[in-house]
Amino acid sequence: MNFFYHLGRYTKTLYSLFSRPEKAAMYWKELFRQMNLIGVGSVGIISIMTLFIGAVTSVQFAYQLQGNLIPMWYIGIIVRDSLMLELAPTLSALLLAGKVGSNISSELGTMRISEQIDAMKIMGVNTTSYLIGPKVLASVLVMPLLIIFGVAFGIVGGLLVALGGTSGFTTTEFIRGLQDPIRDFDTIIMFIKSLSFAFIITSISAYQGFHTTGGVVGVGQASTRAVVYSSIVVIIADFLIAALLL
Amino acid sequence: MIQVKDLYKSFNGNDVLKGINVTMNEGKCNLIIGKSGAGKTVLIKCMVGLYEPTKGEILYDNRDFVKMTDKERKHLRMEMGMLFQGNALFDSMTVEDNVRFPLDMFTSMTKKEKVARVDEILSRVNLKGAHKKFPSEISGGMMKRVGIARAIVQKPRYLFCDEPNSGLDPITSIVIDELIQEITLDLNITTVINTHDMNSVMGIGDKVIYIHEGEVHWEGSGKEVMTSKETELNNFVFASKFWKSIKEDQK
Repeated sequence: MNFFYHLGRYTKTLYSLFSRPEKAAMYWKELFRQMNLIGVGSVGIISIMTLFIGAVTSVQFAYQLQGNLIPMWYIGIIVRDSLMLELAPTLSALLLAGKVGSNISSELGTMRISEQIDAMKIMGVNTTSYLIGPKVLASVLVMPLLIIFGVAFGIVGGLLVALGGTSGFTTTEFIRGLQDPIRDFDTIIMFIKSLSFAFIITSISAYQGFHTTGGVVGVGQASTRAVVYSSIVVIIADFLIAALLL
Repeated sequence: MIQVKDLYKSFNGNDVLKGINVTMNEGKCNLIIGKSGAGKTVLIKCMVGLYEPTKGEILYDNRDFVKMTDKERKHLRMEMGMLFQGNALFDSMTVEDNVRFPLDMFTSMTKKEKVARVDEILSRVNLKGAHKKFPSEISGGMMKRVGIARAIVQKPRYLFCDEPNSGLDPITSIVIDELIQEITLDLNITTVINTHDMNSVMGIGDKVIYIHEGEVHWEGSGKEVMTSKETELNNFVFASKFWKSIKEDQK
């Protein structure tokens, strides 16, 4: 019953996002602030993570392909496609669930317990629309860009391994693999995953933060729930997208 | 004028407000007093729409707030301002941005007009020069003043204050009380104050409403509090040695 209560309230919260803004300029301002926080603020960590993920993937596949009849230039295809289809969107989403999700949840939770949300409500502000809407939209807009960054840095990671020359494949082989045509559908899947994960992370985290109860302890608990629930839902969505579309 | 009629509010079957009937006088400071847990904050939160009453009417100039649509409520909320117990200032904004927020959100004033309005309000609450400071950089008394400034920046008709003196020293409390009273008279607004502070009751209480266990037990002026024979009220008002000694001096 508790699950259905939260599902209903989550749906109701999302529904209330679609209302006419009191003042569009204020929403735009908040949207750009959030895009900066979520997008620009996450470029560094996404780049570092995917750089090493790309490097590790190339090292491990090079190890597995040694002694096989499969040509080594396949590593370029494998690294690129793995990054596009799974590693960049999913691992970035899990990382952002921790970074962005906890940030959103604790920000809204603190606003809730310090009555800042009540203050806005009394002024006549549609609080769900103003406080949650720009966060969800900003996340959905910047996440695909972050994933493109992630794929690019992952490929750079693989290239650096090839340059190192100790893993049994050359840069020429790696680049030969990268030049293999990309299937359009892979790109579509990458964007579907990015958009879905962005929506899941921000909406669940915002829901948890917005409905925080129980003071400072409640803020901590809401933040933990935001990260845990959004990570779980991201993994489930990842499976569903793969199972239904691939 | 605000009229509360037969107002009930329950939480999980526990009745907090049990048929409140009270009228808040127009253009006056109306103080709600009572012990902790008596239902003062619940009453004020029902009046501003943060809680939905279980039953009853809240009439703002004969417009029933309880029965209003969201759109009608939004419209009425433009006429309300509220000072919260913990101030509820937006941490990420400067004092100036906090006060300007309602203007940015709801008015079509030009930037110049908004700056002028914010300057006027901040000087009205004696906060000149604090424009660029963040809430974390100012004192508790200054925070209250910013809260008051934000609540009155749109020139509301109704001002609600939830324990405006909590956490303040006696001198600052008096300053805040006097400020609220001045604003009430100057702008001719109906002010509802929820307080424990007996100095406020005596100082600015045009009308005092004593709530006990979710019911209105006594109503009168601040001065009448001193002479009332109501036992529950006397137990509350003269609980401290200081006020007890004043009562005995009067006798």
